[in-house]
Amino acid sequence: MTIAPLQISEELAARIRAHGIETYPHECCGAILGTDDSDRIVRDLMPLQNRRDDSPRNRFEVTPDDVRMAEKTATDKKLDLIGWYHSHPDAPARPSEFDREHAWPWYSYIIVSIQKGEPKDMNSWRLKDDRASYDQEPIALGAK
Amino acid sequence: MAVKVLIPTPLRAYANKQQSVEVQATNAGEALKALTTQFADLKKHLYNEEGKLRSFVNVYVNDEDIRFAQKDATPVKDGDVVSIIPSIAGGR
Repeated sequence: MTIAPLQISEELAARIRAHGIETYPHECCGAILGTDDSDRIVRDLMPLQNRRDDSPRNRFEVTPDDVRMAEKTATDKKLDLIGWYHSHPDAPARPSEFDREHAWPWYSYIIVSIQKGEPKDMNSWRLKDDRASYDQEPIALGAK
Repeated sequence: MAVKVLIPTPLRAYANKQQSVEVQATNAGEALKALTTQFADLKKHLYNEEGKLRSFVNVYVNDEDIRFAQKDATPVKDGDVVSIIPSIAGGR
């Protein structure tokens, strides 16, 4: 299946990387707000607190209350909650098995790899309908 | 009892693109069963292979999380709203 690119400005992409650097060696996480018409475009980000105090280096969690707050913020801004971002400290920017078990289709899941405190690859993923694996969603960097 | 189940945006594609679906049920478990009977493709995104609600899927009757009430047996009455809210989790 061919997935249309996720469009994101350099500035918003830089904010995701900066959040990953800030929380390193812990994982960062946040909501992706945008529009999903003929193109899927990231319009805003909502950095959130990682609620996994017990294992923040390799796990993140956004509570249902935070999810509802992100949905409300998106609605107030006349945007959709189109996905989630998180960092993988010292690990590749691809979904883990744990990520897959906790994902839904349709959402864009952006993962940024932070290696020794430095941002490396950033990729976006969409869970397939059968939940067995992901499709990589190309990221189109550029002002929108 | 006629209750309204709100469908989260990512799952609307499996529910005929509807934002909400009205079902007949007396408790939360029955409401979800009625929903997934009508829209079978929703099932795998809500339940695991053992038929249990996935750990990241949270169900509310109005504003009450059914895990802290009577779980599937949480009663519903006419006009109640059942919401399905994920917690977002993952990690390397």
